[in-house]
Amino acid sequence: MTDRRLEVIISVLLRTGVSIAAMVVLLGGICFLSRHGQEQPEYHVFHGTPAIYRSVSGVIHAAGPSNCPAVIQLGLLLLILTPIARVAFSLAAFALERDRTYMALTSVVLAILIYSLAS
Amino acid sequence: MTNLEFTPLVFGISAVAGCLGALTGLGGGVVVTPALTLLLGVDIRYAIGASLVSVIATSSGAASAYVREGYSNIRIGMFLEIATTLGALLGAFLATRTPTGILSVIFGLVLLHAAWQSSRGRPHDEKSKKPDPLAQRLKLNGSYPSADGPRKYQVDHVKTGFSLMFGAGTLSGLLGIGSGALKVIAMDQAMHIPFKVSTTTSNFMIGVTAAASAGIYLGRGYIEPGLAMPVMLGVLAGSLVGARQLIGAKVRVLRWLFAGVVGVMAVEMIFTGIQGRL
Repeated sequence: MTDRRLEVIISVLLRTGVSIAAMVVLLGGICFLSRHGQEQPEYHVFHGTPAIYRSVSGVIHAAGPSNCPAVIQLGLLLLILTPIARVAFSLAAFALERDRTYMALTSVVLAILIYSLAS
Repeated sequence: MTNLEFTPLVFGISAVAGCLGALTGLGGGVVVTPALTLLLGVDIRYAIGASLVSVIATSSGAASAYVREGYSNIRIGMFLEIATTLGALLGAFLATRTPTGILSVIFGLVLLHAAWQSSRGRPHDEKSKKPDPLAQRLKLNGSYPSADGPRKYQVDHVKTGFSLMFGAGTLSGLLGIGSGALKVIAMDQAMHIPFKVSTTTSNFMIGVTAAASAGIYLGRGYIEPGLAMPVMLGVLAGSLVGARQLIGAKVRVLRWLFAGVVGVMAVEMIFTGIQGRL
């Protein structure tokens, strides 16, 4: 695999991730506005989002036609996942190139990412 | 104001933010946070959550175009991401034991100076210099598209750039600000990377730095779906428009735009530092 090919694949990966995420957010958004469009947004006081919107498992369980904000949140999670997937893919690509230096560099970045997401 | 009025307004602001963010390599947060808090009275914590989402959206949206066109240098990006993510961890660790108010003022002043520097461009560097052996070993040197075909460039002062990136990451973890400004400055001024490659590579990297802290903010309940939805969609639309503009844009114009946005950001930081809002 050449660097040029790697660039094309990374570009497609990013575009796909972002498109899917945007689609899900848009769907959730339309649904949210059709049900809560006439309500007043209350973002000037911080309450913190409900617990189900704060964890991956909570969002996945709640997302569905009955809970539109959770669908938006699911889309946002997919968005957050996109750059992480990009790093993971780069690792695989550098392994195919047998580029040890960059395999090591990318593994460190991925390890830091996973560490900070897990903690 | 109802949700039906609030949503298009936020979408519009975010589209402008995304366009500027994609052109300058700074991400959308620089515009989104102050616009939400000052104009619309949104609580700073919800604004930070929305801004984080906007950085990832700008980065991933515009990067898909920049990487394909051959502007972003993925090796430089990968190499420097180590420094920024490690720095971000250190910054988050130090955050509770550092007087961030004073730090914010100092950093604001540094940024003001840096904005002035980058608006003037770089003095014509002597091309007879010996190439940095580390840049060769890490295969950082590359080429990027220009009006008259691909143009080659060499990367200088790799170690200095790496240290600056570590600092950029630490500050972003410490102050909760996007580190895009320092990333561009380090690549442009220290490593002598062409400006368009610097901004697009910064744009490529900021998504990863932001994703690293997204988990923390999601857990704290900062990411509010009703607010983040128009921010994400607006920023994404704006970033795609911005990415199209970059190809034809003059570097001098981009430098001024960058300096202007960084200048505003610096003044903002000095004010929040003095107010002790951090």
